[in-house]
Amino acid sequence: MQPPKDVKVLADRFGIGLNEFNFCGTSAFQPAESSRQGIYVAGPFAEPKDIPETVMQASAAAAQVLSLLKDARGTLITPKLYPPERDVKGEEPRIGIFVCHCGTNIAGVVDVSNVVEYAKTLPNVVYAENNLYTYSNNAQDRIKEKIAEHGLNRVVVASCTPRTPEPLFRNTVAEAGLNPYLFEMANIRDQCSWVHMHEPERATQKSKDLVRMAVAKSRLLQPLQRQRIRIQKSALVIGGGLSGMTAALTLARQGSDVYLVEKEDELGGNLRHIHYLLNGERPQEELARLRDEIQQNSRIHLFAGAVIENIEGSIGNFKTRISARGGTTEVEHGVVIVATGAKQYQPKEYLYGQDDDVITQRDLEGRLACGDGFLAGEGNRPAKTIVMIRCVGSRDADHPYCSRVCCADAIKNALRIKTLSPETNVLYVLYRDIRTYGFKESYYTKARQQGVVFVRYDEDRKPEVSRNSHALKVTVLDQTLGMPMLIPADLVVLSAGIHPHEENRTLAQFLKVPLNSEGFFLEAHMKLRPVDFMTDGVFLCGLAHSPKSIEESILQAQAASARAAAVLVQDSLELEANISHVVDESCDGCAYCVDTCPFKSIALVEYMYLGSIKKVVETNESTCKGCGCCQATCPKNGILVRGFTLDQSRAQIEAALEVA
Amino acid sequence: MEDSFQPLIIAFCCNWCSYAGADLAGVSRIQYPPSIRMIRVMCSGMVHPNLVIEALTKGADGVLMCGCHPGDCHYQDGNRKAEKRADALRLMLADFGLEEERFHREWVSAAEGPRFAQVVGSFTEQVQKLGPSPYKT
Repeated sequence: MQPPKDVKVLADRFGIGLNEFNFCGTSAFQPAESSRQGIYVAGPFAEPKDIPETVMQASAAAAQVLSLLKDARGTLITPKLYPPERDVKGEEPRIGIFVCHCGTNIAGVVDVSNVVEYAKTLPNVVYAENNLYTYSNNAQDRIKEKIAEHGLNRVVVASCTPRTPEPLFRNTVAEAGLNPYLFEMANIRDQCSWVHMHEPERATQKSKDLVRMAVAKSRLLQPLQRQRIRIQKSALVIGGGLSGMTAALTLARQGSDVYLVEKEDELGGNLRHIHYLLNGERPQEELARLRDEIQQNSRIHLFAGAVIENIEGSIGNFKTRISARGGTTEVEHGVVIVATGAKQYQPKEYLYGQDDDVITQRDLEGRLACGDGFLAGEGNRPAKTIVMIRCVGSRDADHPYCSRVCCADAIKNALRIKTLSPETNVLYVLYRDIRTYGFKESYYTKARQQGVVFVRYDEDRKPEVSRNSHALKVTVLDQTLGMPMLIPADLVVLSAGIHPHEENRTLAQFLKVPLNSEGFFLEAHMKLRPVDFMTDGVFLCGLAHSPKSIEESILQAQAASARAAAVLVQDSLELEANISHVVDESCDGCAYCVDTCPFKSIALVEYMYLGSIKKVVETNESTCKGCGCCQATCPKNGILVRGFTLDQSRAQIEAALEVA
Repeated sequence: MEDSFQPLIIAFCCNWCSYAGADLAGVSRIQYPPSIRMIRVMCSGMVHPNLVIEALTKGADGVLMCGCHPGDCHYQDGNRKAEKRADALRLMLADFGLEEERFHREWVSAAEGPRFAQVVGSFTEQVQKLGPSPYKT
């Protein structure tokens, strides 16, 4: 991946700096900001990156801009007004059909006027015409005219796929005073003219069939209303590490109230153990700054040493019980950001925990940070030979994933040793693969140039660490020589992997969100929705999602806040209309649908009816997404998805088979 | 082949993957036989098994049910539920005097336009070999 050719011109014009590789680059703690205040960056312009990181950085940049614009937000919106909706209850269907030529796209293959003439013969069809382009402004106006002229109460458009223009047509129908759900489409372009180009007669016949099916369904369409729910304009951020603190501050700066819950007594999480970065930035100073800002921000309500007892509700209206030393508090909020972090693996291998001279990279960093450092063994002799072992508790059978940050961490500490300890003459890094992705690759080169010895090992031939009376001994197979190499070591340093918290399971149950097979939280879409959950109103950032670096955690936290703020700036929320609906008289409370619902939106309820207990299920309209797993599971037609009911599908089938 | 049997197949396609895959076949002008009549559903997990049986017993020569690939479902795992129902359905078809091959479940993603066309093509051939539905009047 290379920067575009004219990148320098662009950078000069905006007055922003580029790094030695002609990418914009950013600092670790301001990862969406260019070198110039007020100019933000996203995507590979900053550094080579994949889709999810690009999406996160773009959302993070948006979050920064939104905090600058918080007072202006929403001030230029003019609400659109529609005429009052005509009540069509009790009316016979009066269907109007508009068949699109789509230029020659349809009419070049399908005999459109033949389809129109045929449509006129179908039951309940009172009007049919053809248009050159049905989605054009002219044709939209004609649809409105014809609705009024012929008293249409159903509109069918035979043109292309509904996946793009359906909202446009629904809007047109609503502008004519009809309920927007009294609209149906027949896809005679993507499913006919484009795929049967050499069979015009059969394509025309199929178009007629598709129109007949759409008309059959349209007869059974009912007006639908989208419910609105009020939104609690505050957020719950779970976890007070770097990601949680960043998310809370970003939201507060955008003007939202935040309940920040941290299980430990102090804020900081894993960041408390990071003392320096490869590029020289100082994490502890940043941590102190974040803590101060959180303490001083009146919008952030901090619960430290706190546990979440329960979360209920859904987007717009969550209720959470938090217990802390002061007792139990219940808070109401509209969104949730999960930032619970992850933990360092406690190694069981390589004599860790049995030998004081076997430590983790985190221990080493702590020692290097306090200056007197990397001493080891009895009498605090300087460590002359240090062996680092990589991939401990990562990329193995139990934890098949890569912990992502340990390669750069090991190189960071190796370079630090080279600077601070002239007594250390040999420094080995035993590795399986090295991935110092992005600009960090140059530090890997630097470490090699400074004489750090990298020795590769395979997963099935792991190094061995033993202790004879005085010294540690590390044995590893040298792959070049094909011979075992024996290294007497003063200090062995393990790159312990990043493991998920066990508590994730409880939280995942409270929030009805999934974990992946390793126990990390699973986002809605790996590439395109990296901070959302499938459950609306719940967002994700930091190590709770997967191992990642400081800048990646900050980006994801800022991105999660931008997504959460998009909910919180609204006063109310429009729910889906095509959602499930219980037919009380058909439902006998067998509850088969309760377990099959992926969103846990269905509950079994009991009430007194004519002197006896009646059991039925109930749908939560604010969490139902209309997938219809309930509908397909129900043996009694007791629960249906509006707009996709069994009767409607059956009408389509029968029309297709011409048995109706 | 002009006089050969032209089957009529009901295809349930989920909005997010397979219907979009069919759209892509269209946009890419990939030709396939005009045998299917598509019913758009939001998720393959929404297709009631009764509808499949009804379609077949009312004269459809075949039924195709398409959903997102496992792991890609817009509703987490509706396609898995569809798969289980499809497995159960296949066992029932003989009771209705129908060949198992008249029903087919397939995963087609929004990016698989060519594959959608190929799925329709091969299922159409499969149904052609079986001949018209025994329920056809």
